[in-house]
Amino acid sequence: MIRLDRVTVRYGSGAHGIAAARDISFTIAAGEVFGLVGESGSGKSTVLRAVAGLLPHAEGIVELAGEAMPRRRTRAQRRLLQMVFQDPYGSLHPSQTVDQALAAPLRIHGLREGERRIAESLREVGLGPEHRFRFPHQLSGGQRQRVAIARALIVAPRILLLDEPTSALDVSVQAEILNLLMRLRREHGLTMLMVSHDLAVIAHLCERVGVMQHGALVEQTTVDALAAGTVTHAHTRELLESSARFERDR
Amino acid sequence: MSGAGLRAWLLDPVPASRRQARIGRWYRAALAFGGNGLAMAGLLIVLALVLIAIAAPLIADPQAATLQSLTDRLQPASWAHPFGTDELGRDIFARTVFGARITLTIVALVGLIVVPVGLGIGLPAGYFGGAVDAVLMRLTDIFLAFPRLVLALAFAAALGPGIVNAVVAIALTTWPPYARLARAETMTRRDAEFVQAAVLQGASRASILFRQILPLCLPSVVIRLTLDMAGIIITAAGLGFLGLGAQPPAPEWGAMVASGRQVLLDQWWVATIPGIAIFITSVGFNLFGDGLRDVADARGA
Repeated sequence: MIRLDRVTVRYGSGAHGIAAARDISFTIAAGEVFGLVGESGSGKSTVLRAVAGLLPHAEGIVELAGEAMPRRRTRAQRRLLQMVFQDPYGSLHPSQTVDQALAAPLRIHGLREGERRIAESLREVGLGPEHRFRFPHQLSGGQRQRVAIARALIVAPRILLLDEPTSALDVSVQAEILNLLMRLRREHGLTMLMVSHDLAVIAHLCERVGVMQHGALVEQTTVDALAAGTVTHAHTRELLESSARFERDR
Repeated sequence: MSGAGLRAWLLDPVPASRRQARIGRWYRAALAFGGNGLAMAGLLIVLALVLIAIAAPLIADPQAATLQSLTDRLQPASWAHPFGTDELGRDIFARTVFGARITLTIVALVGLIVVPVGLGIGLPAGYFGGAVDAVLMRLTDIFLAFPRLVLALAFAAALGPGIVNAVVAIALTTWPPYARLARAETMTRRDAEFVQAAVLQGASRASILFRQILPLCLPSVVIRLTLDMAGIIITAAGLGFLGLGAQPPAPEWGAMVASGRQVLLDQWWVATIPGIAIFITSVGFNLFGDGLRDVADARGA
């Protein structure tokens, strides 16, 4: 469903450009959940944005559903993929109600039965009709993230990208959002690519994991291998150890 | 529907329809505005001014505003002439009432030109950046570099005196700060995640500019305009005072102040009455703008 072949993303142009991600190749099968871990600055969010089409990639191929993505994507290509952002406070327009946020993608893609779809997608993410005409500042962080998920899924994409979807939320809310994502993935057969620095979150949701360091994908492994500790690359072991130390100290 | 029922419908936390939600939002904003005493005073002044301008022929005799009567010149206030008469024997009360029409016309026309021009220059400059930004902002800088009244004077002198030309001259010198404001507001939003989300939904650039960014820039631009109204009125009066605005015998407040200048010490009312009208109008718009800003801030917080 998602295939990256030797993708390089540069910030800036020409000789002064900095390669934030170099030679990234991986494949995610339909219905699979793939996690990208790494420390901040490792380039994992850059890869996610290149897949989303928010950043142009300088070299390589980004292929979605068997189709290589051009520099400017068509509306149909856009609809294939949606994204949930890290900061639920920044990803919703501050002066648009939940209703307006959900109606906009329907209008863009010319989808009918807006009333039914909006009510249904709110119900699906665990929000009620009382939330429909609220502004983002009248909602809690967890509720906002639910709205962001509803907005992503209302166009029925096949791929969902998650950029640290729980790191801005309280611990108790994190679990709710993760469970919601797991349920939606089952019900819609979504393919998901998630970026996180939190191995526990990745282990909760993903089957396979890619480890990034300094803009390179240093290891691809499974969550089972992470749990068993049978990983090959030194940086993966470092991440595992620091995560375990953090859990113990907590 | 009873009063209490209507109120409950307006403040319903779970509106049944988009229409009800929208009307309820306006009602809440109106409640917030109504709770602000100074803002309401400003609104009342502005409303009163609009009413006076519309109903001018009912309040004062249209002919009295321009009717000269040299035997009655420079009369103090009396029952026949509540505000006295000017140096040509015209009724100052009628002239002040009809002057409201000219002032409001100028203010409205300037607003109608300045807001679209400012947004039209500032939004693309802030959103696209690069060469577009450089060209548009240097243009803005050129206009900003001139002192406002002097540039308006030059335009009015070049275009010839008259109300329409005065409006054009004032608008040409007023838009640059609006463009800068719109550009700054746009730049803080163009990389926001809600804009990226709109890109991912397949929204076009035009739709992102108009539906996502414009609504966030509009309040500060409109509020700036209401705060600037006082300055616009005074610039218009200044042009009138210098003889480059409305032409005699039109009862423009600035021109009226100018004509009373020679007799200020002995017949003070000739210049003072239109001066007070300019002052009250400026204060009204200022208070109204302040109130609008408070309402907008409360919603953004």
